[in-house]
Amino acid sequence: MDTNTQRLIHTFSALADLGQEIADAGDFEDMLRNSFHLLLGSLAIRRGAVAEYDREAGQLRLVASRGLGESSTDTLPLSTEHARRLASSGSATSLADATNEAARFLEDHKKFFATVEIDLLLPLIVREQLIGVVLLGEKASGEKFTEEDLEVLSALSRHIGVGIHSHQLLEDVEQKAAENLRLYDGLRAIYKETVRAFAAAIDIKDRYTQGHSVRVGKYSEVIAREMGWPDEEVEGITIAGYLHDIGKLIVDLSVINSPDRFNAKDSAEMSRHPAAGYEILSPISHPYADIPLMARYHHERMDGKGYPDGLKGDQIPPGAKIVTLADSFDAMTTDRPYRKKLPLEDVFEDFRVNTGTQFDPEVVCAFCRAFLNEIEGKKERRLLNLLNRNYSNIEQLSPLLNEMLLEFNGGTMTATTTH
Amino acid sequence: MAETDRETSIQTRAVGDAAIIYASDYLNKLTGERIERECRRQFDSGRRTLIINFRDTELINSIGVSILVGLIDAAEQNTARLIFSDVNSNTANLFEMLGLTRHVSVAANEDEALSWVERDSAATA
Repeated sequence: MDTNTQRLIHTFSALADLGQEIADAGDFEDMLRNSFHLLLGSLAIRRGAVAEYDREAGQLRLVASRGLGESSTDTLPLSTEHARRLASSGSATSLADATNEAARFLEDHKKFFATVEIDLLLPLIVREQLIGVVLLGEKASGEKFTEEDLEVLSALSRHIGVGIHSHQLLEDVEQKAAENLRLYDGLRAIYKETVRAFAAAIDIKDRYTQGHSVRVGKYSEVIAREMGWPDEEVEGITIAGYLHDIGKLIVDLSVINSPDRFNAKDSAEMSRHPAAGYEILSPISHPYADIPLMARYHHERMDGKGYPDGLKGDQIPPGAKIVTLADSFDAMTTDRPYRKKLPLEDVFEDFRVNTGTQFDPEVVCAFCRAFLNEIEGKKERRLLNLLNRNYSNIEQLSPLLNEMLLEFNGGTMTATTTH
Repeated sequence: MAETDRETSIQTRAVGDAAIIYASDYLNKLTGERIERECRRQFDSGRRTLIINFRDTELINSIGVSILVGLIDAAEQNTARLIFSDVNSNTANLFEMLGLTRHVSVAANEDEALSWVERDSAATA
């Protein structure tokens, strides 16, 4: 095989390997190092470096190098204007005989290049933008770079430039995605704070039920978590709990704050609030699903005797069933103008009697389990902390809760973590 | 006696002050880095004459060439002598074409390489 043919084969295989390297690249640094080795090996070049252009920092950052020794540097300053001119020069430039813009860059860093014995620069240009440069020292043969060599090096460098450019694009996309995620998290936090503030505002209207909406949100959260709901949906049900009574904003203040039990007229006025809540919440784009529906259906009953739509059983969204129980629990465990809060035994007896007709058995069981787990110290005391200031001896509830679990949960006697 | 590093699959043999390192059939990034590691280990242990035997080597790609050029530099920095032996004609042409032969001696076989080492030792003794 003659020398020219062998040179051609060696060069082509370097180009093929380089293409493969860039296409397969998993790790960017590895890709660059390997690509640079391929380029050096194509002509047995003894030393050199690949530098990535950092537009914002106004510098070239060496990302792969070989044979530059300890006198090497990690960065080289490069002004925007210089970068623009390098990009427009476009071709390989020798330090010895250069007359173009690249030569001026080389001149600026003459001392560095002399120290590390670099005498050839190839700008890496993609879409007329400077991506970086390849800096090269002498060939092992000691011969000058020929025109043919420069063609080979330019072809190989173009591949490296595309590899760097693709990586930069990917980094940009990742940065933007991370930024969007941060913005989204920030917006979600603002949304939650706003909703909490709104919940407090709703409760202020009713002087007898201050803190009710926030507590319903928290009870709903505990129940949904006990039922194994994913975090996103647990957040949603918490918000739904905060907002479930938003429809009360349109109910006559004198009815809400009436110290007596509601008469028929007051009840009719009051029963407008779930549908009104739905109307208020529907036009809003909530980050969680079905919040307006949970407000609308939190007074529906399993037996179809609830309002506003008289839905039955599975027609009622699961979230609304949770809010219904949380709402009833808080109503019974807080003082009302017409009665004092009920003992916890009475509250759970009420649940027991009304499970299947008013309340969903699965939701009741989850609530009982959550209670038992907290009483037995298996879970953080969230329900108990919400109740502690009003109740003592909560531990005495355990037998009743276990009985209810046995009754509604098909024989599961003890509290366990179900999910 | 030849020994094989099971982890890196590099066969090496010590003969007097020299170490002989056997290159594999295809010298690429993976196998090249194994040779590079072994050579650097030999330099670090004070060995100043290394013979790389290419008897099994059919093909050397560009990364392989680049690694060999790096070893030439490392040998120069360590004032060590690097000899290539048992190079087939295609590889010999490649080394000649790329200028590697300006920096390393290429022996026809291991015996010739060892005779050069012996002659140099005698000359400096």
